[in-house]
Amino acid sequence: MAQPRADAPSKIILEGADLSRVVDRIAHQILEKTSGATGTALLGIPTRGVPLAHRLAARIQAFEGVEVPVGSLDITLYRDDLRLQATRALGRTELPPGGIDGLRVILVDDVLFSGRSVRAALDALKDLGRPSSVQLAVLVDRGHRQLPIRADYVGKNIPTALSESVRVAVTEVDGADEVRLIGGLQ
Amino acid sequence: MAYLLKGVSILGGSPTDLLIHDGVISDKTDGNAEVIDAHGLVALPGLVDVHTHLREPGREDAETVQTGSRAAALGGYTAVCAMANTSPVADTAGVVEQVWRLGREAGLVDVQPIGAVTVGLAGKQMAELGAMATSAARVRIFSDDGFCVADPKMMRRALEYVKAFDGVIAQHAEEHRLTEGAQMHEGEVSTRLGLTGWPAVAEEAIIARDVLLAEHVGSRLHVCHVSTAGSVEVLRQAKARGVRVTAEVTPHHLLLTDEKASGYDPVFKVNPPLRTAEDVAALRQALLDGVIDVVATDHAPHAVQDKECEWAYARPGMLGLETALPILLSVFGEKWDLIADRMSVAPARIAGLAGHGGDLTRAGTPANLTLVDPSARWVVDPGQLASRSRNTPYAGMTLPGRIVATFLRGEATVLDGKVVK
Amino acid sequence: MIKHLRSAADLDAATATLILDTAAEMAALAGREVKKLPALRGRTVVNLFYEDSTRTRISFEAAAKRLSADVINFSAKGSSVSKGESLKDTALTLQAMGADAVVIRHSASGAPHRLAEWVDGSVVNAGDGTHEHPTQALLDAYTMRSRLGRLEGLRVAIVGDVLHSRVARSNVLLLSTLGAQVTLVGPPTLIPVDLPEKLQVSYDLDSVLPDSDVVMMLRVQTERMQDSYFPSAREYSRRYGLDVPRLTKLPEHAIVMHPGPMNRGMEIAPEVADSPRSTIVEQVANGVSVRMAVLYLLLGGK
Repeated sequence: MAQPRADAPSKIILEGADLSRVVDRIAHQILEKTSGATGTALLGIPTRGVPLAHRLAARIQAFEGVEVPVGSLDITLYRDDLRLQATRALGRTELPPGGIDGLRVILVDDVLFSGRSVRAALDALKDLGRPSSVQLAVLVDRGHRQLPIRADYVGKNIPTALSESVRVAVTEVDGADEVRLIGGLQ
Repeated sequence: MAYLLKGVSILGGSPTDLLIHDGVISDKTDGNAEVIDAHGLVALPGLVDVHTHLREPGREDAETVQTGSRAAALGGYTAVCAMANTSPVADTAGVVEQVWRLGREAGLVDVQPIGAVTVGLAGKQMAELGAMATSAARVRIFSDDGFCVADPKMMRRALEYVKAFDGVIAQHAEEHRLTEGAQMHEGEVSTRLGLTGWPAVAEEAIIARDVLLAEHVGSRLHVCHVSTAGSVEVLRQAKARGVRVTAEVTPHHLLLTDEKASGYDPVFKVNPPLRTAEDVAALRQALLDGVIDVVATDHAPHAVQDKECEWAYARPGMLGLETALPILLSVFGEKWDLIADRMSVAPARIAGLAGHGGDLTRAGTPANLTLVDPSARWVVDPGQLASRSRNTPYAGMTLPGRIVATFLRGEATVLDGKVVK
Repeated sequence: MIKHLRSAADLDAATATLILDTAAEMAALAGREVKKLPALRGRTVVNLFYEDSTRTRISFEAAAKRLSADVINFSAKGSSVSKGESLKDTALTLQAMGADAVVIRHSASGAPHRLAEWVDGSVVNAGDGTHEHPTQALLDAYTMRSRLGRLEGLRVAIVGDVLHSRVARSNVLLLSTLGAQVTLVGPPTLIPVDLPEKLQVSYDLDSVLPDSDVVMMLRVQTERMQDSYFPSAREYSRRYGLDVPRLTKLPEHAIVMHPGPMNRGMEIAPEVADSPRSTIVEQVANGVSVRMAVLYLLLGGK
């Protein structure tokens, strides 16, 4: 897929406190839909899904006092486009201490686009255990699905053109919270 | 057939006309002579190689007397000495005469057989050196090349015995107990590559022993393919004492170093091995000083399967005849007197080849000569070489100096850079 | 990423560190119920072994299979120039079979370099003659890092038959790249005559031990005795063997390594090999993770 050039014009969609509010909203939705996040674990997809999962857990704890186990799920070795790019470095897979068997697992990612990452995550998940159900939480849904996949929790829907891209930055990784739409504005 | 070389530069001298008539250099005129425009070309006495492997009989898939003679003529040679390590070994009058006859039939260079010192090169029993010397081949150089005459008693006897017919022993100096399994020069590169080292001392120790033996019995000794700075020092001292020793160096030891082994391409595997830059510098100086008397190619053709394999399994040796003069030009520049002496005059003297290495400015000198275009540059393409084999270490290199013509006793063997017959 | 792993010299510090980091992730995945990962599905890895080495072969085989590659074991043992097929012809055969990577073990130094000229796929050196064994060095570095937390500045003594050891060569290169300080220890006959200047050499094991974080004992073949590299196994063992009294000279934290197979009682005493400081069993386990990392990084991308 064509990527916008690095110097392409860009526009900030969310930043700072806006982004935190979006995370808060997702946390509330999760609490609502999962009857108080019981029997639930959050698995972030590296890189930026992991800090987002930790933030969601922290918000859920703040709102309801529930401690939700958090882990990370690296999908690199399960990607269907491994051979289309130079070799990727691996991210970390770290399950919560109690594992994920029998739990409702909520996958957390920054951007939902083609759905291929989620498919890879589902494949990776099945080699790690047997959750009772799997849900998906994303900060941004930019559309253009290539697979029959949808998110259960969406922070913000951003309609995009294929020539555009969405970049999410989080303080833990990038030093600031920001969602930026790049390219295609001319 | 007569040739008139118009405007030729003899050994780099000012342009002159040179008439080749009745097989000799002539000071007469001949209106029927074929005129060759030789402006810009340098005439050298035909080159003489005291160390060539022609592989026939035995390994005709790698080289034959015919293909090797073509390569020699194209390289500017008018005489080559064919080493004895054929199969069967050239250790009898029969084999040396066969090689000599094949050379005559090819008719491109004088092929002067070298006889083995010991039967089967095995170092145990002296070969019939006298029979070879008095055969039609009139052998004067004897060598077990490929192997060292290791036994000091055998070496002493051989040195003494050949005095009767003014022969010379050409020693492949290698103390084999120090080179068991050796693959390349022992040094930092061999350590890095994990290849068993061939220490310089294995060569130097034998040369030191042999010059003492030669001194003791008052015989002539010739040292093949000197490769180390230490050997040069041993030779320098021996010569200063008046020992009758001569020595040769190969073009590859004057140019290439052991770093070439880094890619494990066995085209760079040779015995003695490529040494260090310090050795190369010492060998160059020794050739300039005359401590080393001659350049010899150690032309060693090998079939493809003997080189396209693991380094350790590959046979040692490199092609040399067609690139020797260009390598010398690239190393020393246009030092024509030096080149003529070390590549023609001195080797002809060592091999006892009267008629080669003569003075081209004197009428009556046998017309064994070669014409070089020093301004030409060419890229070495293994597939274009006349040798049957392809194992040149210079593939892809641009070399100066192209052999335009070669004459053997007044007959052209090479014209316009192509073999005549 | 590099294309081949023929020598530890193919690795710069960044690439070597990436391999070690990737190996750590691979090791973390090894505890899972389903050990297989799909990354190399549809890729073919050929194990081309001209020398018997069951441990190295099964380590590579396990690594490739855990990444879902198809593995073909091509045992060419006993092949030589005189009999059987040449390396080049074998290479052309493997090429025709569509090998994406060839893992080669060969008694001739440099065979992987030759092979790399004749196949399009990646070549991984699994030990060539007396040259190198780069994945062994990687797993050794991995083991040191996981035991001691770092490689930079570590003082590593490599003890024994350095002259003939491919493990020593690869370790010297890799450890130097990663900032460790290597000292070679052994009888002078078994230390190469010409070494790069940055390397330290000692003929006295006892003086080196107190200043070592890692002691790596090399296998010493008793055949070397026949070739006068040392007078007897007993003398060798007395001067250069790691026994219990010598073990006590090491700093508290120091570890003892051996690439295996060991000559117990010769270069290493059984009590030392089995002591908690010994990483010998760990090294084997780490071998699979490191080789997974190498295969993934060579074959995982385009």
